[in-house]
Amino acid sequence: MEISERKEGNVLVVSVKGKMDAVTAPEFDKQFEGWTAAGESAFVVNFSGLEYISSAGLRSVLASAKQLKAGSGRLLFAGLRGPVREVFELSGFYSIFQIFDLEADALKKME
Amino acid sequence: MKPISELKVAARIESLPALVQSVTESARDYGFDSKLSAIELVLEEAFVNICNYSYPEGEGVAEIKCSLRDGRFIIEMADYGVPFDITSLPDPDTSKDISGRSVGGLGIFFIRKMTDYVRYERKANKNVLSLAVGLSER
Repeated sequence: MEISERKEGNVLVVSVKGKMDAVTAPEFDKQFEGWTAAGESAFVVNFSGLEYISSAGLRSVLASAKQLKAGSGRLLFAGLRGPVREVFELSGFYSIFQIFDLEADALKKME
Repeated sequence: MKPISELKVAARIESLPALVQSVTESARDYGFDSKLSAIELVLEEAFVNICNYSYPEGEGVAEIKCSLRDGRFIIEMADYGVPFDITSLPDPDTSKDISGRSVGGLGIFFIRKMTDYVRYERKANKNVLSLAVGLSER
């Protein structure tokens, strides 16, 4: 898993590549805690480079969302494809999160 | 039936990448290219379950055998831990919103969704879980 981030106005755009599984998901948790501790509260997570996610990855996604919700932050997703999209759909996560095809559309929603 | 691969690993999360590599390689060799994500998912969910629950007293092993049966890719996963039938768990409620959702039960839910069948047996002192992934669309 590779994580990169950049700032677009007040929004932190986080791109995740590779696999979010039981081995790598804790790394995402750690990074996310660091960002929120630094005061970030608006996130667009771009999963277009993510090839695989398991329930361990979904656990991290849900924990991040719950943490943000407690502090009225926002978390939008973009670019889910293939098996990642399928796992989001099966688990019902597709309907509880705001998900966009393109990162640009998610950023527009944040305006 | 002769297994196409057999592997014994420490029942620790760190064993997962090598296990995935080995099993997906076998699956590819036998023409299951289109099912590699499903195979990886059911393998991870079943293995992580063993890591988390089978050996509360300490460390143990997991034995993974791959074979073909009736055109399906079969993963048989055994451990010597406490008796535990993952197939007895109910499906999660996938309709709750963010604050009401937990990820408990999602592992077995994915296993059910991605396999043609899943079977649990307690054989002597072993938990044996058989996961069958077919080539047809689900």
